[in-house]
Amino acid sequence: MRSASSARSRWGLRALGLGYLTLLLLAPLVAIFYKTFEHGLAPPLDAITSADGLHALKLSLLMVVIAVPLNTIFGIGCALLLVRHKWKGNAVIDAVINLPFAISPVVIGLSLFLLYGTQGWLGPTLAENGIEILFSVPGMVLASIFVSVPFVVRETVPVLQEIGTEQEQAASTLGANAWQTFRRITLPSIRWGVAYGVVLTTARVLGEFGAVSIVSGSRSGETETLPLFVKKAFDNFEFAGAYGASVLLAVLALSTLLAMNVLKRKEDA
Amino acid sequence: MGITVEGASKRFGDFQALKDVSIEVPNGSLTALLGPSGSGKSTLLRTIAGLETLDGGRVLIDDEDVSTKPVQKREVGFVFQHYAAFKHMTVFENVGFGLKIRKWDKAKVADRVHELLRLVQLDGLAGRFPSQLSGGQRQRMALARALAVEPQVLLLDEPFGALDAKVRKDLRTWLRHLHEEMHVTTIFVTHDQEEAMDVAEQLVVMNNGQVEQSGSADDLYENPANEFVMSFVGEVNRLGDSFVRPHDMEVVLDADERTQEGMVQRIVALGFEIRVEFVLADGTEIWAQLTRPELQRLELVEGQIAYLRPAQAKSFNGSSPSETIGASTPHGSPDEGDAEKPAAV
Repeated sequence: MRSASSARSRWGLRALGLGYLTLLLLAPLVAIFYKTFEHGLAPPLDAITSADGLHALKLSLLMVVIAVPLNTIFGIGCALLLVRHKWKGNAVIDAVINLPFAISPVVIGLSLFLLYGTQGWLGPTLAENGIEILFSVPGMVLASIFVSVPFVVRETVPVLQEIGTEQEQAASTLGANAWQTFRRITLPSIRWGVAYGVVLTTARVLGEFGAVSIVSGSRSGETETLPLFVKKAFDNFEFAGAYGASVLLAVLALSTLLAMNVLKRKEDA
Repeated sequence: MGITVEGASKRFGDFQALKDVSIEVPNGSLTALLGPSGSGKSTLLRTIAGLETLDGGRVLIDDEDVSTKPVQKREVGFVFQHYAAFKHMTVFENVGFGLKIRKWDKAKVADRVHELLRLVQLDGLAGRFPSQLSGGQRQRMALARALAVEPQVLLLDEPFGALDAKVRKDLRTWLRHLHEEMHVTTIFVTHDQEEAMDVAEQLVVMNNGQVEQSGSADDLYENPANEFVMSFVGEVNRLGDSFVRPHDMEVVLDADERTQEGMVQRIVALGFEIRVEFVLADGTEIWAQLTRPELQRLELVEGQIAYLRPAQAKSFNGSSPSETIGASTPHGSPDEGDAEKPAAV
C-alpha cells in the first residue's frame, strides 16, 4: 500500500516538474525554432548572412573573446583572495562582486553612460585624448564585463573551499613554489568550477541586451550585437531575421554547454 | 640531520599555541610528539616544516637556522593525517611530483618512483587514482611521495589517525621497520600514547603549548615529571594526593592497616588482563589491573567487598615528584631511591 502510494506521488512530482519546465522553458524555445524554419532554411539564413547580421555575429563573438578571458582571470584571482586570504575587506569585495546580479542591466548601462558620456566624470578627459568609449566597441566591452563579473567567482569559491589547503601545502613541502602549486595543484582541482563559470559568463555576454543597448547606440553594422540585431529586426517586422538570429544565439550558448560536457566526459573516462 | 627548536612561541589570535617550546631531536632518531588535541604538537611540527612561521624562537635543522627559510626550500618530507593526496593525479604522478618539480628527467623519475612504490608495497597500483585506493594505501602513497625527494627530515602529522585499528597497527610496525632501513630523522605527532610508545625511541609529551617532559617511553612511564605526564603516559588512579598505576594496585581479601576497603563494581575480562573496578567508601572510583590467574585465586565477584593496597604510588607536591613504596611489594621493590628527578632530555 505504502509503496504504491509513494510511487504514485513520485510520478506525480515528476510530471509536475516536467510539465513546469516544458511550459516555461521548452515551449518558447520550440516555438522559436518552429517559427524560424516555418518557411524553410533560406529566409533565416539569408537574414543572418546579410552584412549587418554577420557583423552582429562577429561583434558578439568579439565581446566573448575579450570579456570571458578577462573575467576568468579576474574571477579565479578574486576567488583565491576571498577563500585563501582571510581579511576584513573580504566582506566588502564579496558584496561588490554580487552587484551585477542585483542591479538591472539597464541601470548598469546608464551608470556607464554617466561615467563616460560627454557630460560624465571621465568622458571629457578621455575624449580630449581621442579615446572614445560610448557608442563604440570599448563601451560595449565594459558593459559586457560588468554584467558577467560574478559567474566565475561564484562558481570557483565553493570548489576552492571544498578542496581545502592540504594538497597545496603538500605541494609546497615537496618543493613547489607558489606558481607551480597553483598551476599543478590548485588549478586542476578547481577546473570544473571555473569551466562552469566560463560557460555561464559566455552565455551571459552573448545574451546581454540591456546594458549594451544603452552604451552602444545600436548602429547597424557598427555597434550592433546579435541581441540588438534581434530587437531591431523584431521592431521592423523582419521576423525571419529576428528568429534566425535568436536561433543562432541559442545554438551558440548550447554549444558552449555541450563543449564543456564533452570535455568533462573525456576527462572522467 | 638533527632538529633543534629553541624557545618557539606561536599565537593564533587569542590562542597561544606554543609557549617557549624547546626540543632536541637527535640525528637519525624516531621521535613522537605526544599530547591531547590542542596541546600544540601539530603546530610545533608545522613550524619545523615551515608551514607555520614562529612568532618567537628558532628552528635549526642540521645546525642551520631555517626559521626564515620558506617551506619549499627546507627539504622536509611531510605526511598529513588526511593524506593530502593529489586527487587529479595517479599514484605514479603523486609520488613523482617532487621530482618533476626538481626537473629530473623522465627515465630517472620512473626508476625512483617504482623503487619507492616497491618500498611501500604499492607496485602494481602506479596507474590508479587516489580515489581507487584504501586509506592505508593512500597513506603509504603519501609516505612514498614525501620520501621521493630524499628529505633531510620526515615529519608525520597524526599519520595513522584516520585509519582503522588493524591497519593502524600494521602501518605502525611497518613505519618502524622503514625507519630502521632509512634512518632519516623522523618526528611524528600522535595523541595515542600506545602508538607513541610502540613506534618512537624518544617521546616529547606536550600539553597547553608546552613541553611537559621528554625521554624514552620507559623513562616517562617510570619517572613521570608531573601528574599530567603520569596520567597521559599510561593509566593511573588517583588516591588523595598520590597516583597509583592500576597494575600497582594490589587486591587482597583481608584488611590490614595499609589497606582501603572497596566494593567490586565491575569485572572486565580483556583476555589475559582483567580490569577490576572498585568504588571506595568515599565514592572514589579506582581500578586494578589483575592477571587472569590472580583473579581466579581471589575469586572476586561483582558486588563483593575487597581490600586495596597500593604497592607503589607517586605524588607531585610542588615541582619534584616523590615516590612512596608500599611496605610489602610482591612485585619486587624498586631498585632505586625514593626521590627521583625527572630526566629532562
